[in-house]
Amino acid sequence: MNFLESIRVSLRALRANKLRSALTMLGIIIGVAAVIAMVGIGNGATASITAQIQGMGSNLLTISPGQSSSGGVSGGAGSSNNLTMEDVAKIQVGTAIKAVAPITNTNAQVVLSSGNTSTSIVGTTESYENIKNVTIARGRNITKLDVSSNARVAVLGPTVVENLMGDVNANIIGKSIKINNVPFQVIGVTTATGSTGFQSSDDMITAPITTVQGRLLGRKTVRSILVSASSEDLMQTAQEELTATLRKAHKIPVGKDNDFRVQNQADMLETMQSVTQTLTMLLGGIAGISLLVGGIGIMNIMLVSVTERTREIGIRKAIGAKSSDILLQFLIEAVVLSILGGGIGIALGYGGSSLVGKALSLSTSISPSSVLIAFGFSAAIGIIFGVFPARKAAAMDPIDALRYE
Amino acid sequence: MINLKGITKIYANGDIQVAALGGVDLHVGSGEFVAIMGPSGSGKSTLMNILGCLDTPTQGEYYLDGTDVAKASGDQLSVIRNRKIGFVFQGFNLLARTTAVENVELPMLYAGMGGKERRARAITALESVGLGDRIHHRPKELSGGQQQRVAIARALVTNPAIILADEPTGNLDSRSSEEVMAIFQRLHTSGNTIIIVTHETEIAQFTERVVRFRDGRLEGDEFVKNPRIAQAQVLEEGLAK
Ligand SMILES: Nc1ncnc2c1ncn2[C@@H]1O[C@H](COP(=O)(O)OP(=O)(O)OP(=O)(O)O)[C@@H](O)[C@H]1O
Ligand SMILES: [Mg+2]
Repeated sequence: MNFLESIRVSLRALRANKLRSALTMLGIIIGVAAVIAMVGIGNGATASITAQIQGMGSNLLTISPGQSSSGGVSGGAGSSNNLTMEDVAKIQVGTAIKAVAPITNTNAQVVLSSGNTSTSIVGTTESYENIKNVTIARGRNITKLDVSSNARVAVLGPTVVENLMGDVNANIIGKSIKINNVPFQVIGVTTATGSTGFQSSDDMITAPITTVQGRLLGRKTVRSILVSASSEDLMQTAQEELTATLRKAHKIPVGKDNDFRVQNQADMLETMQSVTQTLTMLLGGIAGISLLVGGIGIMNIMLVSVTERTREIGIRKAIGAKSSDILLQFLIEAVVLSILGGGIGIALGYGGSSLVGKALSLSTSISPSSVLIAFGFSAAIGIIFGVFPARKAAAMDPIDALRYE
Repeated sequence: MINLKGITKIYANGDIQVAALGGVDLHVGSGEFVAIMGPSGSGKSTLMNILGCLDTPTQGEYYLDGTDVAKASGDQLSVIRNRKIGFVFQGFNLLARTTAVENVELPMLYAGMGGKERRARAITALESVGLGDRIHHRPKELSGGQQQRVAIARALVTNPAIILADEPTGNLDSRSSEEVMAIFQRLHTSGNTIIIVTHETEIAQFTERVVRFRDGRLEGDEFVKNPRIAQAQVLEEGLAK
């Protein structure tokens, strides 16, 4: 008997017992759907976290103050304000270091005749735009001259414009806004990045650091220094250069710890990715166990089916079916169940993960490879768990099978 | 054609051993029509199963067309059953969820024949047993006699050299029995070798030779003087179509 005929015979047997076939498939359907959905959601979470971290800037190194210690009492991370504009000036732009921008920030009330809002004010320099991948939609960016002349100019995020004027596209360039009662002239509006929530680049104002220090804070603090390395490969070099420069500037003797911290964006990315990947694997693994249970379900039903159809096996053998014909028939039944279940499971898992993705506004991604793996896996389960019952059927003696009541 | 030499069959159930056949020598020539008779438990079915290559003897030699099949493997026996033997069971043994024509197609399916030819031959076989108008019926939609005729169609469709029937009329009334015997007689006329097991002397009268068994041994072997001719209305109608 050829393979196609075997498939036809198997399909007919499955159709003859539709309810049972469907219930048997259910185990595989749930298992595969769970694997696909879990991995899809996990991948989506990884992608979204990666995008968020990368959105913070390209090849970014963040220098923040270290711990202050007075009389042996450590004040905790960031407790000292030992970063200064002099430190910033000492960091040389070169092969490894592409740009440097100091940052100081505060929250302030912003007022225009048409409205007011509370937002975050970032005092920085002209390099900020470059480091943070911010682009100017209208108007211009802060310049070197603005910084050196303590100019009262401000670049607004689109959300701020909307909050002040009721319309993102309203013409605000040249208008005077009051930040904590200090008048600033609006010189530019940044392009919307779509990022939301805490520290959204759409809902903030950038202004020359000198102006923010002098007019809004009243002290010359630098909260952090952003440094962008020329390339990913040069991040390590850039970090070493920075550390050396700052240690010299802060006169830290050899053998003593840094009084500042340098954070590496790539490290952060790696840590976050490894966390989400572990999570994805964990979820996928748990789902995989349900796939295994589904496979055992198939084996169980196939064993019942073989026993129940002993007479049929006897008749087929008496009429000339070889052991291989019977083996193939039952094996195909198991594989068809698992593959069909796998297919439905993939569709369900896909739908499920995109639903969850919508609810959590994650862009869940189901890679073709995970679909292929799920499919291959369910076929393998059909074969693995189908072989035992099929061999049992094939090994039956025709006379014994015919006598079976 | 069929040559049995010292065939024994011993069933062992734990410590108890039952000799169902105790050394049987039997020769059946090509084209013969034989009835096997004997009391219940005398080993008739055991012998038929061995003849039909469904079972293997404990001892002895069985030559079918000159080859010893007593020591063939399971798959080799499958092929022999498929090519050379048509078996008709007392309990019909049709696949329940499968239509008459599909049941008849089965042996050709395992012989590897193509779908179209299979279907055509199955329909011809069903017509020849007077069931041309029942080909898409399932076994439970057919009477016992009709089911047995489907089983006979399945046995003869591959045109086997030997047709074996273990009490083919055991579950049928006298009219259906005669119809079945009429089919066997026709097959015999066209040259098939036929061996049937029966309890009833009237049925044996339709054959040409009666072999008697007792306690697993041959007790008698004689020719039927004047075989009766079986009458069957359904067949004439079926063939006229
Ligand atoms: N599978 C088996 N295991 C043990 N003993 C068996 C088995 N099959 C048959 N026998 C025994 O073998 C002997 C012959 O049985 P067999 O079925 O051949 O008789 P039979 O002539 O066909 O009888 P009947 O006319 O009732 O069908 C009996 O004594 C029976 O009990
Ligand atoms: Mg019997």
